[in-house]
This record gives sequence, structure tokens and C-alpha cells, in this order.
Amino acid sequence: MSSVQETSGLAAESYLTEHTVGSWLLTTDHKRIAILYLVSIVFFFAIAAVAAAMMRVSLLWPDGRLVLPETYNKLFTIHGVLMVWFFLIPSIPAVLGNFVIPMMIGARDVAFPKLNLLSWYLFMLGGAFVVYSVIVGGVDTGWTFYTPYSTTFANPNVITMVAGVFVAGFGSILTGLNFIVTIHKMRAPGMTWFRLPLFIWSLYSTSLILVLATPVLAITLLAISVERIWGLGIFDPNLGGDPVLFQHMFWFYSHPAVYIMILPGMGVVSELITCFSRKKIFGYYFIAFSSVAIAVVGFLVWGHHMFVSSQSMYAGMVFSILSFIVAVPSAIKVFNWTATLYKGSITFETPMLYALAFIGLFTIGGLTGLFLAAMAVDVQLHDTYFVIAHFHYIMVGGMVTGFMGGLHYWWPKISGRMYPELLGRIAAVVTFVGFNLTFFPLFVLGYLGQPRRYHSYPPEFHIFHVLSTAGASILGIGYLMPLIYLVWSARYGERAPANPWGATGLEWRTPSPPPRDNFEETPLVTDDPYDYSAIEAELIDQTGLR
Amino acid sequence: MPEVHPGTAHQFETAEQQRDADIIGMWTFLATEVMFFGGLIMCYTFARFTYPQAFQAASHRLYVIYGGPNTAILLCSSFTMALAVRAAQMGQRKSLVTCLALTVLFGLAFLTVKGFEYHTDFVEHLVPRWDFKWQGAEARHAELFFWLYFTLTGLHAVHVTIGIVVLATLAIMAWRGRLSSDLPIEISGLYWHFVDIVWVFLFPLLYLVGHR
Amino acid sequence: MPFHLIPPSASTNAGDVDAIFWALTGLSVFILTIVFGPLTYFAVKYRRGSKADRTPPRLATWKFEVTWTIIPFIIGMGIFAWAADVFFHIETPPSNALEVDVVGKQWMWKLQHAEGNREINELHVPIGQPIKLTMTSQDVIHDFFIPAFRVKQDVVPGRYTTEWFTATKVGRYYIFCAQFCGTSHSSMIGWVDVMHPVDYQRWLVTTGQGETMATAGQRLFNQVGCSGCHGVSSKIHAPRLEGLYGGPVPLEGGQVVTADDKYIRDSILLPASQIAAGYQNLMPSFAGRLSEDEVMQLIAYIKSLASEPSPGSNP
Repeated sequence: MSSVQETSGLAAESYLTEHTVGSWLLTTDHKRIAILYLVSIVFFFAIAAVAAAMMRVSLLWPDGRLVLPETYNKLFTIHGVLMVWFFLIPSIPAVLGNFVIPMMIGARDVAFPKLNLLSWYLFMLGGAFVVYSVIVGGVDTGWTFYTPYSTTFANPNVITMVAGVFVAGFGSILTGLNFIVTIHKMRAPGMTWFRLPLFIWSLYSTSLILVLATPVLAITLLAISVERIWGLGIFDPNLGGDPVLFQHMFWFYSHPAVYIMILPGMGVVSELITCFSRKKIFGYYFIAFSSVAIAVVGFLVWGHHMFVSSQSMYAGMVFSILSFIVAVPSAIKVFNWTATLYKGSITFETPMLYALAFIGLFTIGGLTGLFLAAMAVDVQLHDTYFVIAHFHYIMVGGMVTGFMGGLHYWWPKISGRMYPELLGRIAAVVTFVGFNLTFFPLFVLGYLGQPRRYHSYPPEFHIFHVLSTAGASILGIGYLMPLIYLVWSARYGERAPANPWGATGLEWRTPSPPPRDNFEETPLVTDDPYDYSAIEAELIDQTGLR
Repeated sequence: MPEVHPGTAHQFETAEQQRDADIIGMWTFLATEVMFFGGLIMCYTFARFTYPQAFQAASHRLYVIYGGPNTAILLCSSFTMALAVRAAQMGQRKSLVTCLALTVLFGLAFLTVKGFEYHTDFVEHLVPRWDFKWQGAEARHAELFFWLYFTLTGLHAVHVTIGIVVLATLAIMAWRGRLSSDLPIEISGLYWHFVDIVWVFLFPLLYLVGHR
Repeated sequence: MPFHLIPPSASTNAGDVDAIFWALTGLSVFILTIVFGPLTYFAVKYRRGSKADRTPPRLATWKFEVTWTIIPFIIGMGIFAWAADVFFHIETPPSNALEVDVVGKQWMWKLQHAEGNREINELHVPIGQPIKLTMTSQDVIHDFFIPAFRVKQDVVPGRYTTEWFTATKVGRYYIFCAQFCGTSHSSMIGWVDVMHPVDYQRWLVTTGQGETMATAGQRLFNQVGCSGCHGVSSKIHAPRLEGLYGGPVPLEGGQVVTADDKYIRDSILLPASQIAAGYQNLMPSFAGRLSEDEVMQLIAYIKSLASEPSPGSNP
């Protein structure tokens, strides 16, 4: 399928045309809501990134002289809270998912557009509470709010911060609910379940977790607040409670939450790998079912965060074995993506660079998860820098990389403009190098024994921190670059055609940027997804005909 | 463009699609509700196995004389709700209004009984942190039981109240002939049955622990 | 500064843990090779414009899928079993272990040897002897982590947790708190001093308190009033404590529990939660009147009581 050049000197009317404040803040257009989310998550990411920068700079001195211990503790707390709930969880679903899902399935909008807008307002209200809690002095419990520290010993700002997460949680429940109904009921004629792009399968699985896990977080946060405000003993043993109960309740949500954070990234990678190798995905059914399997089994492994918590050894064994099982579908995906490249016709535009980086970094992150699932080894590694390295490889090396890949891929559709390709590739490489330098040394640091959340540390660990901070400064440049050139391109970039990548998928059959209702006429789907041909791509390339 | 029913929102192709979406939406919403109550019940179950004597003693202080009849009342209300849904589907306006009104009355009866029950609990100093008094061992664990009891039944009562308001509104609209489709009744029916089912779980869990 | 990739291996368990760690590292390198290898190879061979055969392959793809599902599954189960086995060993202290009690609090460690020696942020132990730590916290959750021994366990308020090791190399090794516990979490550092048995004995003698934990416990038993009900000459109908430790205790309500450390601690601090069969709920709680250290001393005393009270040991 060849792409059609559509250039026009004047901008045609699109969903972006109206630009009053009201038309943005009261929009029910899923595409505009996606952009509202995009702007807000970048804002929260910036705050969390500054916190990370301050931590990494402070860690250049083993005695932590740069900031007070309490300040350091508040920094890692706000970094975690903002990154988890106000950046990672909404990133692909609320930005790319909101924008792309209706278009990918041939619909005019999501099933409940007003609920969609409400979800953004809940998200912002929650964010306001969290930012406020920082302004009035900050919270130092860590994003995990372990009891009884958070309920009895920490400062009262905990309640404000917890309230913020509570409110934002309802926003994410609404997003998940909307996606589930949309995917079930709004597919265009001919778009059967197994003709859906894998991005949709991933987001569907993500939405299942969003609606089923988040309510448990709400109850957990409610319980913390009750104990804190009224002194009712739920978790504090001095008040008659059980501190490990908190850990069960918290991780019952927070483990599935990490799958909320990675499944969408995997969905993006499936789209990018096929498009940029001009090949049908290898193992469509296996990848689709793996997404669902990860969502389901992900609910059964929460105790692997608690092997040394005084949880029973036998319960631990059940969680450990299930944790090894949940790794299998992810492995299946990695092998399938790699096999997709075989006999493809591969190019290395920016989105593809991010997709390839995802596969490499996610694999490393996933493999190090096996170390943590192995109980005897987890005894050594639990709560050390090894865990930090592991989840940053998955979250940053995986999810953020996937987000950047997807953002660049769909940028022409979203903004109607091309981003500068050379800068895009440079930023991708800079990010990759910076990321590895920041986080790989932390694996070694972890096995050596440095615990996490340490403001100061023994001098023999110094070299690892120096390497890591050096990497972080490079990583920072890698993230700053797209922030600048994407914003620049929205105004000055080359105008994009409807399908700059020659990709399959219904979203590419509308203009860039699309009109308010996405399609002139409801599409009729007759092809399987990923109807690419590598041979044809080579032919086109050779003959110069596009 | 296919013929669109005037009441269909613009993102939907057909009224049928909108109807299906609304129903799936309600089912998904109910799934989240299961997890809300489920989270609290998980907490309750854990605490019950950790403090068995205290929870048993505390559960004894609940009045099955209130809880039992309330269970019956809600079950009856689910029956009248099912009748209302059927009446709506058959287009029988009078039946519909009657059944909705009965459901609302049952709901109000439930809340009234609950009100008396809460009052009794208050008078007996069983409200956590509010002049809570406990004779016997493990006062704090007993207080935890009562917190879970009030939170679970209180959250449930809030859901019942919302249901009553919605059903009452629908009853009035039906009576005035303003209801053009049976969809709102069907969806509210799903919600109401769910609220009933939650109670069917709460009653034995809270009231019947160790009752021989 | 010498550059280390792994901490010193200074306990009997360390080697077993390291073996799994290195096996996993090897497995990871292998898997990365079989992923990165083909990834790079395909990216180069099949890049746009290269002369490679791109006729669509006629592969039975399901064979690949089954293979790369089953093999990782089997490997995963193998590692699980190996690690679970070593974990079981890490969690099961040998019966001949020397007992040391640990109380963690913001932001220091208090340790008591059975012989009575007390330490702050330091733990002297003899080489080659299993040591069992019984730990609790006075406030929030802490964690007693000794990287060189590959052992770690959360130290939880309101309960006892245990950890054990046998040191194999003389030296000084870090103790880190590995569960965030507040402002000075990173300062809660201590050292394990592993000594030759002769040096350890000498250390015990020179730093002795003059009373063992059990003797201290006996002193408390009298001071705080336990002997009033539980003493041999008491007229109150209270359970006898001689020979109690380790044995079964029938409770009111039919349950039978074992009189372990947890049972005794709960009996002192939450007596109403488990009434012994045939007795009434009369014992007052000592919560707030005894520190965790003192409770541990009382437990040591009760452990030391033989089944028959011998003359001269009566309070």
C-alpha cells in the first residue's frame, strides 16, 4: 500500500482550528483531551525530573552534604508519586490512547466523551492536591506510604498527598472504563477483534487493570487517612493494627499498576516494528493473548514485593512461582517482535530507533526481574539499588521510550507537522546512551548492598554514583531535545501528509491533522492488520516511485 | 449516513450501538464497584483471621434482628425492580410506575431500619472513635471491626440512597410519560441488583461470624 | 579504593546465593545474546535497499511460539525451585544457634546477647557458629541487612522476626537498615565484627554486663510484679511458667498454641488476646511499662526456667 502525498499551502479545517480557551477546556473531542493530558503530564514530568536531578547531584557526595536528609526523602517521594500516577500511568493511555483508539477502530469519538473530559479534570484536581502538599512542606514517606511510618510518624501533609492520588485514581478508572466500552462497541464494520491492531489489544488489557485494580488503591488510601486522622488502629500495632496488612493492600494494586505502565508501551512497539520493517507482525494471536495474560496473572503476584516482610514462606513460594509465570508472556512478545524483522525492509526513522531501544532495554529490565522473583536472591536485592535499576529499565527504558516512539510516530497525525528527523534520531541515541550510563551501574551497586532511599552512603560506593549522575545529565539532554523541537515543529515543522509513514491502520486514512469527527464516512474494514509487503517496499524504494 | 434516532449522541452510529455501549458501561462500572467493596472485604477478611476472638465478640454485638429483615427487604426490592424492568420492556407504564415506587419504598424501608440500627449502635457506644466503649479483651481490634462494619454498610447505604434517588426520578418521569425508552430502567436495574448482591455478601460476613 | 563487583562472601549461605545470582547473570547474557544477536543481524541484513532474499517465509510459526513459550517456562520453574530451596534454608535457623536479640528504633540498633552483653549498632559474633537474631522494632518498620552474609529481614513493630547466619570469615561487615524509616534512615548503619572464638570469649568477658539476659529478666520478673501471680509461692491462680517455653498451651475456646517468643510477648503486652484454658482474664497488660528490650529479657528468663522449680531459684 503506497502512501499518498497530500500537501496543501493552506491549513485545512481540522480539530485544531478553533482556538478559544473555552473550546479547549470544555472540549469533548478525544483528540483535544489527549492534548490536554499531554501538556499536563509534561508539566508533572518536569517537576519529577527536577527532583531526580537534585537527587542525582546530591548523590555525588557520599556524605550527602548538598541537601538535608529530610529534603532528600521528600525529593524521592515526590519523584515517585508524580512519575507513577501523574506521568507513567496516564502517558500512553490518556495521551496516545485517547488520540488514537477511536481513529484506529474507525469511530468518531470514545463511547463517553463527557466522562473523558471529567477524567482529565479529576486528574488535574488530584495533581493540584499533590503539588499543594509539596508547597506546604512536602512528604517524606516514599511513594509507597509504608505504615506505620506514614500513618503515625510522618508529617500531616501525607493526607493531602494521599487525597490527590485518590482523586486522580478516579480519573484513571474513568479512562479505563471508557476504553473498554469503546473497544467493545465502537469498532467500524468489519473490524473484528482479530483485525484490531495490537495497540488496541494492549490498551484493552491495560484498561482491564485500570478498572479492577485502582479501586483497591482508593480503599487503601482511605484506610491510611482514617488511621492518620482519627487514630483508628488498622496498620499501626501501637493502635492495634497490622503493618503488613498495608503492604498486602498497597501491592495488590501497585503490582498490577506496573503492568498498566508497561502494556501500552508494548502496544506501541508492535505498531512501530511492523510499520518500519514493512512486515506483518510475527505471532499476532500470541502477542494479543500475551497482553491479556499479563493483565490477569499480574493480579496474582503482589507478594513478591514482600518476601522479607514476615510474610509466610509458603505464601512467598506461591508468589515467586507466579512471578516466573508472568514473565513468560513478556518473553513471548520480545521474541515475536525480533522475528518480525526477519525478511523485512527496515528503515531507522526516529520511532523505529525508540522501538528497537525498547526491545533491548525492556529485555534487560525483564531479565533482572527474574533475579528479584528468585526468593533467595531477592533476600539480598530487596530494597537495594538493584530494584531501582530494574524498574527504571522497565519504566524509563521501556515505557518512556515507548511513549517517545509513539509520540514521534503519531506526531504528524496529532499536529499536522513533521518533527525534524535528524534531531529526532540524535535525541533517541543520546537518550539511549544516557539512560544506560545512569542505570546500569546501579545493578552492581545493588548487589554490593547499597539500600535504596539513602541520602548518604559509604564512600566505597562513590564511583557508581558518579557514573550514574554523569549518565543522568546526558539523559536529561536527551529528553530536553524533543521537548524543544516538538514544540517548535508544531508551529514551524514541515506540513505532514495523511500518511507520512505509509502505515496500515485506519488512523492514517484521515488527513493530518484530522477533522473533528475523524472520518468523512465510517470506514469499512476488510483487511487483516499489518498488511505490509517488504518486497513491495524494496521495489518502491528502488524505482523511486512512492 | 444511516438513520439516527434523535436521542442518539453524535459519537454513535445507531441508537442500538448507544444502548449497547450504555449497558456495557454500567457492567464495567459495576466491576469497579465490586473491587471497591472487594478491597474493604479483603481488609476485613485479613483482620478477621488475625483477630478471630475480637471479631467474633464484636460481631455478636450486631443485631441480626435489624440485619436479617433488611436482607429480606432488599431481596423483595430486587424482585420489584425485576418486575419494573419487565414492565418497561413490555411498555406497561402503570405497572412500571408501581413497581418502581415499590422498589423505592423498600429502599426507604431498608434505610429506615438501618437508621434505627445505627442509632442503637451509637447509644451502645459502638461507633469507633466517638465515645467507643468496649468491655472485654482487645478493645482496639473490636473497634477495627466496627470501623469496617460502619464503612462497609455506610458505603452500601450511600449506594442505596443514590439508587433510591435515581429510581424515584425515573418513576416520576415514567408517570409523566416522559420516558421514551426502557434503557434507563434496565441500567438502573443492573445497578440496583448489584447493590442487593453486595448486601447479600455483607450480611453473613458481618453479622453471622461465629453465630451458632 | 578497591573495586568490588560483589560484596565479600562471609557466611555459609553466601555461596549458595551467589551461585544463583551468577547463574541468572549467565542466563541473562545468553538471552540477551539470542535477542540482540538476531535483532542486530536482521536490522543490518534486511535494511531498506540491501540485497537480501525477502520472499515471505513459509514457516510453521506455531512451532516457534510453542518453543519459546515452553523453554522459558521450564527455565523459570527451575530457577524458582532452586531459589526457593535456598530461601527455605535461609529462613530456617539451626537449633544450635546462639541467640541475639535486636531492637530497631529510629535510628539505631540495640542488640543484646544471651550472656547479657549489650551493643549499639554493632554485633560481635564468633566465626563458624550459627547466630539467630530475634528482632522487633520500637516504632516503624526497619530492616536488618548484612550484605556480606546475604541476609535480610524486615524488623516489624508489634511482632518478632528472625534472621540467622553462620559467619565464615573474620572481619568487619556492614549492617544497613533496608526499609525506609524516616529522616535518618541512611545513618542507621552498623557493623558485624566476626572474631575467632577465643577472641569472642575474651570480648564477652571484658564487655559483660554482670548479668545475663535471663538474670536480668529474673530481676525484672520480681521488680515489675510478675512474681506476685506467677511465682511459686503465689496464692493467685495464674499459669505456671516453669517448663512452659516451647510446649503446647491450650487456650480458652479450644485452640492449642505453642509457647514461643511471640506467645510470651503477646501474653505480656496483650494478655487478653489469648486466655489459657482454665484461667480467667485477670492479667493486666504491661504495654507501655516495659521496653522491647525488657520484654526480651523476660522471655529469656522464662526460657531458662526448668520444669521443676529448684530450691534457691525461687523469687
